[in-house]
Amino acid sequence: MTDQRISSTAAGGKETGFPLVLGLDTFGDRTNTADGQPLSHAQTIRNVVEEGVLAEQVGVDFFGIGEHHTDYFPMPAGDVVLAAIAARTQRIHLGSAVTVLSSDDPVRVFQRYSTLNALSSGRAEVILGRGSSIESFPLFGYDLADYEQLFEEKTALFAQLLEGGPVTWQGTTRPALRDQDVVPHLEDGQRLTTWVGVGGSPQSVIRAARLGLSLMLAIIGGRPARFAPFAALFQQALANFGRPPLPVGVHGPGHVAPTDEQAREEFWPHWRELIRLVAVERGFAIPTEESFAYETGPQGALYVGSPETVAQKIAANLHTLDATRFDLKYGAGGLAHETLMTNIELYGREVIPRVRELMKE
Amino acid sequence: MTNSTTPTIAVLGAGHVGPAIARLALDAGHSVAIATSGNPGDLALVTQLLIPGAEPLWPADAIARADIVVLAMPLHRFLRMDPDALSGKLVIDAMNYWPPTDGRLPSPFNDESIGTSEVVAERLHDAAVVKTLNHVGYHELETYARPSGSVDRRALGVAGDDPDAVETVNTFVDRIGYDPVPVGPLSAGRILQPGGPVFGTVLRREDFERAVHSPAEQHRALGRAEHYERSA
Repeated sequence: MTDQRISSTAAGGKETGFPLVLGLDTFGDRTNTADGQPLSHAQTIRNVVEEGVLAEQVGVDFFGIGEHHTDYFPMPAGDVVLAAIAARTQRIHLGSAVTVLSSDDPVRVFQRYSTLNALSSGRAEVILGRGSSIESFPLFGYDLADYEQLFEEKTALFAQLLEGGPVTWQGTTRPALRDQDVVPHLEDGQRLTTWVGVGGSPQSVIRAARLGLSLMLAIIGGRPARFAPFAALFQQALANFGRPPLPVGVHGPGHVAPTDEQAREEFWPHWRELIRLVAVERGFAIPTEESFAYETGPQGALYVGSPETVAQKIAANLHTLDATRFDLKYGAGGLAHETLMTNIELYGREVIPRVRELMKE
Repeated sequence: MTNSTTPTIAVLGAGHVGPAIARLALDAGHSVAIATSGNPGDLALVTQLLIPGAEPLWPADAIARADIVVLAMPLHRFLRMDPDALSGKLVIDAMNYWPPTDGRLPSPFNDESIGTSEVVAERLHDAAVVKTLNHVGYHELETYARPSGSVDRRALGVAGDDPDAVETVNTFVDRIGYDPVPVGPLSAGRILQPGGPVFGTVLRREDFERAVHSPAEQHRALGRAEHYERSA
């Protein structure tokens, strides 16, 4: 790989050749009614379908659902929900964000998403994760101490499945496969677009490059700019493995409302409560007003504000990180479905066109 | 220890935490080696792009020439390491027992009355173990580092039984951008652990001292891990 390619900018994908893709992610955050009453898991799931359909209507490129197994994220079977969205949409790409592959079977994941790909006529994507939310491990009988080996082996098998054709595989985390035909086959020339979600482990970046999978940087706290060397590491590692360049994406949490003040006021109490819930499990600090101000400011990781504020921040970080894809993780438990719909509407109609404009500059 | 005023550092672990500590040490003018359980050749690219200036080595070579060895691997990986490898060394334990990634570790890690660094020190019998750098999130470690005297400088708690080792580590912590706050012997390091009053926080010295010295917080952190259990 030449230095020129490493230092290429993502501006409109001019040099990397990758299109600019702007998406939305949800974890199925349990929503409330407008007057603050929690909705059922079932109604939350039905609302996510409406949110996905609206996302297409307002011009969002991708809608992703992250696998979770908790009362505040009741979303263990996102592929089923994506199938419902697929049946009501024509253009938007649909995928996991992420699939916790470590506690799933790569063959089943491939089958479910190639089925979604069939239903949606080629719009399915998969983002594989090792699982920073780890509630699926005890649920399905996996030992957390094995998570590295589970993810390593299963990602390698998934990469093999992506090639199509009969699969022969042997490992320690699932039964061996010999000349196994895995169905449904993809249509001619199709391949499931697959990413690896990475939270900051350099080895995970190199693994993605080794397997030829695209890189999705999950940046949920601190300065996004500190991830810039990861994009360079990824492209250099791809070159060392003799692979062509692949796109780099960014997943970041946020909330869009008509004004900065309204966005912060709506998001803050629910964000604080959400982080309070996951803090113990994941080692996060409980947010303070000071840390929230930092994270929502120009240096921080949260995309909270008016369409202009959020668009400026997305464009700046795509430039810095040499990325061509951004997925906004919208919502936080307890926000009303109507508030989320406004967020989606503003993101699609105002943020996305503005980011495209800024990336051309 | 060498006579050099800037100790040579070995960072063991190249995941989330190791590179952050290594970069801070490099910025502070230390010579830094980084090692994992694997071949240093596999680390070359990561080092070149993420930790420029550090030298990837086999663990034995990194340890041999280091004045301070920083343990920055997951605790369950440490348990697979030969304890004699660190014989006679000054060791910073930046690790935490984190069941979401470590799984269930054997006794006495599940004994709430013993700090994890005490268990680490017992395994390393003739190394001087100092606990620090464990209570600030890896993504915040570099964000909050500030030169000495900065008004918004943050604190790192330091716990250890060997006064000379603690003094050396205090100087290291100060050089990489934090106010070192001694919290007592290694057994007092429990107050820096998950569930304790400063874990996951990046506090200014006075707030840090208030948090660790408040009787209620001490009771909570040192008495029982009720807070942790309840919130989980």
